[in-house]
Amino acid sequence: MSPRHAIRFYLNGELVILDDVAPDLTILDYLRVNAMLRGTKEGCAEGDCGACTVLVGRLTGEDGGEEKLQYQAINSCIRFLATLDGCDLVTVDHLSTPDGALHPVQEAMVDKHGSQCGFCTPGFVMALYAMWLNGTHADRESVLLNLQNNLCRCTGYRPIVDAALSISDYGNVDDDPLVRSSAEALARLRDLKDGKRVVIESANGRLFLPADADDLAAILAEHPEATIAAGTTDVGLWVTKMMRSIAPVVFIGHLDDLRGITVTPDAVEFGATVTYEDARPAVESHFPALVALWDRIAGTQIRNMGTICGNIANGSPIGDTPPPLIALGAEIVLRKGNVRRAVRLEDFFIAYGRQDRQPGEFVESVRIPRPDPQRLFATYKVSKRRDEDITAVLGAFNLRIEDGVVREAAIAYGGMAGIPCRARRVEAALLGQPWTLATVERAMTAYEDDFQPLSDWRASADYRMTVARNLLMRFYLASLDKTDERLAAGGVL
Amino acid sequence: MTANSFRRETLERSIKGGKGQSERHDSAHKHVAGIAEYIDDMPEPAGTLHLYIGLSKVAHGEVTRLDLDPVLAMPGVVGVLTAADVPGLNDISTVHKNDEPLLAERVVQFWGQPLFGVLAQTRGEARKAAQAARIDYAALPHVNDIAAARAAGSALVTADITFLRGDVEGNLAAAKRRVEGSIAIGGQEHFYLESQIAFAFPGEDDEVTVHSSTQHPSEVQHIVAQVLGVPFNAVTIIVRRMGGAFGGKESQANFFAAVAAVAARKFGRPVKVRPDRDDDMTMTGKRHDFVVDYTVGFDDEGRIEAVDAVLAARCGYSADLSSPVMDRALFQADNAYYYPAARLRSEPLKTHTVSNTAFRGFGAPQGMVACERWIEDIAYALGKDPLDIRKLNFYGETERNVTPYHQVVRDNILMRLVEELEDSCAYRRRRAEIIAFNKSSPVLKRGLSLVPVKHGMSFVTTAFNQAGALIHVYTDGSIHLNHGGTEMGQGLYVKIAQILADEFQVDLDLIKITATTTAKVPNTSATAASSGTDLNGMAAADAARQIKERLIAFAMEKYGVARESVAFAANTVLVGEQEFAWADFIKDAYMARVQLSAAGFYKTPDVHWDRSTASGSPFFYYAYGAACAEVVIDTLTGEYKVERVDILHDVGRSINPAIDIGQIEGAFIQAMGWLTTEELWWDERGQLRTHAPSTYKIPLASDVPPVFNVKLADWSVNKSLTIGRSKAVGEPPMMLATSVLEAMSMAVASVADYTLAPNLDAPATPERVLMAVERLKARRKPS
Repeated sequence: MSPRHAIRFYLNGELVILDDVAPDLTILDYLRVNAMLRGTKEGCAEGDCGACTVLVGRLTGEDGGEEKLQYQAINSCIRFLATLDGCDLVTVDHLSTPDGALHPVQEAMVDKHGSQCGFCTPGFVMALYAMWLNGTHADRESVLLNLQNNLCRCTGYRPIVDAALSISDYGNVDDDPLVRSSAEALARLRDLKDGKRVVIESANGRLFLPADADDLAAILAEHPEATIAAGTTDVGLWVTKMMRSIAPVVFIGHLDDLRGITVTPDAVEFGATVTYEDARPAVESHFPALVALWDRIAGTQIRNMGTICGNIANGSPIGDTPPPLIALGAEIVLRKGNVRRAVRLEDFFIAYGRQDRQPGEFVESVRIPRPDPQRLFATYKVSKRRDEDITAVLGAFNLRIEDGVVREAAIAYGGMAGIPCRARRVEAALLGQPWTLATVERAMTAYEDDFQPLSDWRASADYRMTVARNLLMRFYLASLDKTDERLAAGGVL
Repeated sequence: MTANSFRRETLERSIKGGKGQSERHDSAHKHVAGIAEYIDDMPEPAGTLHLYIGLSKVAHGEVTRLDLDPVLAMPGVVGVLTAADVPGLNDISTVHKNDEPLLAERVVQFWGQPLFGVLAQTRGEARKAAQAARIDYAALPHVNDIAAARAAGSALVTADITFLRGDVEGNLAAAKRRVEGSIAIGGQEHFYLESQIAFAFPGEDDEVTVHSSTQHPSEVQHIVAQVLGVPFNAVTIIVRRMGGAFGGKESQANFFAAVAAVAARKFGRPVKVRPDRDDDMTMTGKRHDFVVDYTVGFDDEGRIEAVDAVLAARCGYSADLSSPVMDRALFQADNAYYYPAARLRSEPLKTHTVSNTAFRGFGAPQGMVACERWIEDIAYALGKDPLDIRKLNFYGETERNVTPYHQVVRDNILMRLVEELEDSCAYRRRRAEIIAFNKSSPVLKRGLSLVPVKHGMSFVTTAFNQAGALIHVYTDGSIHLNHGGTEMGQGLYVKIAQILADEFQVDLDLIKITATTTAKVPNTSATAASSGTDLNGMAAADAARQIKERLIAFAMEKYGVARESVAFAANTVLVGEQEFAWADFIKDAYMARVQLSAAGFYKTPDVHWDRSTASGSPFFYYAYGAACAEVVIDTLTGEYKVERVDILHDVGRSINPAIDIGQIEGAFIQAMGWLTTEELWWDERGQLRTHAPSTYKIPLASDVPPVFNVKLADWSVNKSLTIGRSKAVGEPPMMLATSVLEAMSMAVASVADYTLAPNLDAPATPERVLMAVERLKARRKPS
């Protein structure tokens, strides 16, 4: 099939076809500079403040069944325009009716005094709108979860949370224009699906949107140097912060055949384009001990974009998922052409900035063994701010204890070295020993043999070391099930 | 119905949106729709150039080569800008010390100092091109912080000052007890959501118009005129709204407006400049970080005899507003407490870091955090509840009421306010419960603290306490409102409009609020020091009264009635037995050639300050408040959560309770961030490494205490004659967040059974909390 040389998407209900798209043109710049739609604001250009929040609607297959149209809030500042191919983009400019009548979300925000300077407000409105559309606005806890990615410096948030909790007083979600027109929108998007590879050449280089996973493998075989970007939550910063060229780039976030979640009796396998939010139901069912961590990975908009495999492939020493996945014994599948190889996750990370990935290879999936219910398993993330912050220290513990004796131990940390890695000497100090305070205290002295952490703006070496040790103590205390209830519940305040 | 009863009914009807009503923000409906226009949202005229700034990459050094040829060769570049292109004076110092070049000429004094500009067709091209410059530096030694500045014998950026009252040495020597200590208090990034921005349009002759995101249009006007070498009347500054400011767009907006204006002049085209967030945070000043060393003498009850303290600040490379900021820290280092003797000295240290500047509170929060720290030290030394020490030392109402700067406190309402809060939040019971909880909880520890606030209101520089307004009434009765205050989200515009609606007795929607501009109201003060409503509200009321006087005179003359028979009520004008709709009456007045426009003016009475003797009565009145915070900390990691906060705050008679509560809550959360997770971190080369929200953590919605009770002390009436007897609200509630820091202190202190002062520095990040816990555990006596 011959490739298509244009992207096609809907912007506030109007079809947009563009054949000259720079690979590094962000949605936000397109909106503000090209389309002159300036309701969406730039606050940070790195996906942390949420002022640029927009909704992206895309078709999702329901386990091979009926297709659905799902709208999600994303940060438009670090998402590239080309990734919108086949999608429905909705911006704040489209919310009130042409005669100026406000949408229920907007009315609630006005009525509850939810804006002061107003600059972050469009982003909040869109984040709340997505939450409302998806029916998750019932309680304070879920509101706070949904607002993790939106910064406001004026209000102190209380009136915004009040607004969020009262949206339904201002309207019925069934009357919402997006809900009412969802059948037509779904049909429109289905018409855009032509199964073609998209290739666009521009002055800033070339971009690819593969037709499927095999096509991705073919493109990478031809362009092994190409940047691979799924959620673009990291690659986005290469452009907006480092001003690096990412061309040629292969965007893969749209590939449905890599979005699979396969559950077998002993493991769950997540495909390359499974986002954190896509994975959430499976995490809740099969890895309940990771739910608290999941809630603290960035914020909602980023969780709607970022992928687990991307979190692995980018090789960061402070990615949130690698330590628990290493502790669980996960392995990844790397694919080049039609050749696949499995690598234990802990072996994938070689050194800071270096991973066991050949040019032209891509991470096709990650396979995570389901934790044995007989084992003790917990993950603790420590950061300066509880939510939407990057890890200072993250510890994951997976122990098999039989008759009070530690028989197996896999303990992995992030933030303690140039790569996520296991605490081998600490594990050794525990193995074969009784699971007692004395053993734990002895093992706590082994950390210095495992790690020499760095000092930076997130934490000093001293703090990292002290916390790393204390997390083992926290894990021990929680295992006793008789200390503070909140510690037992996962150690998160 | 008789005419009289009709008149009575009219008088009893009320207008929509007058004083005291919780009107929504005038732009709220536009904020939520994305149609409130910020400067970056203005459509650019054809020919607009985008300016980006090239920054120094060393903290201190001599520029030995500045080669911009590679920049000029980049795609889309139209030209560059260097110090040589500044037609007037290459200085943007807010205090005219000539220590802050627009573009550095030879020596750079902080990492991120502006060196040159690039103009290109698009912002992206300009930004990318700025990276292409080839710059060589000969490095010079740099000092990063207060300790290094002291060690290097660093200069002061501005004159220091000492407040002195009483016999400090004598009282200290005579005091039965004393504490000595030191506290480090971190700075703070403003993190306005809209970064700095300016858009300059060259005009005819020497004229230039600049849309600037500034709290201080008049100063921007002066600085732009200065760098262009033109008179003030050639420069017009327009500010419709800012996307947040918090003091960060007072002097810091000067650079962007001035550099855009110079470029607009050089290229004869409109020029817009907007830094990326990282560059904004790197190149603009922040709240000063402080180190405060203190000695306090007191008696066995905890009554203070004398305070001797040095407040040192990292000021950065230039003076900026460091002098008044440090003065303000001294002014509030008494918070609510009477010191029989006091010596408070400032030490404004020069460092090779960005020049620190105004930030909501303007030094007062630092002074007060230090003050509350020595109160806490006294409590731990005596084994008492810090709240008892606080109450013991409150200013008296008729005696023990002279401040270290010799002003007499005449309006003190703290005892009533604090006791009301103490009761309503069940402080005593909860403190006992928490102490019991801490005994039985091995890892999680709780803390509770109730802290009062007293904040002096007025610009300390007496001349700044003036304001103007310009009101037009059009012949259809609609009203055009303009004044010198700027809108940064604080609701100033709607509050002034409410005041005006009240004066004219017309509905709020009859009033059109218009952008602040130097062309309508000249010679204005910064919208700062919480003074916006106090000053501009009075000026607007003055203008309204002038117009009303003319209308009254017209009515008396036309209808032959006495002055008392003319009244303005509920969208009507009552003249004797007759009643006229407002618009009809205005039309009649116009036909009779009555002037329907007025410029109003206000200056705050009875304030004076003599800096040379450090004495005077600089504040028109004080605003009060109190907050009680409860926290829980994890002694294994230092993580914490603020679980409950109760606030009772004094705004006098509120002009808009919803807006005022919004200010209180917003200030509290912002200051809670300052004292907890917001940490500025420079590396050893002098580069700020926390320069974006990914690395600099302001509070999130989930950091807001789940129980957050905020009340106005609705019984309070300002004793001073302010607009509607209201009180200012922008800054005082910042300091309520000290309760969070002190509650964390208590939780930390529990690991040593409250016998040792925890010395928890700010910001109390999880790291500082854990390290304080570890320190105390090591120091506690073996039991």
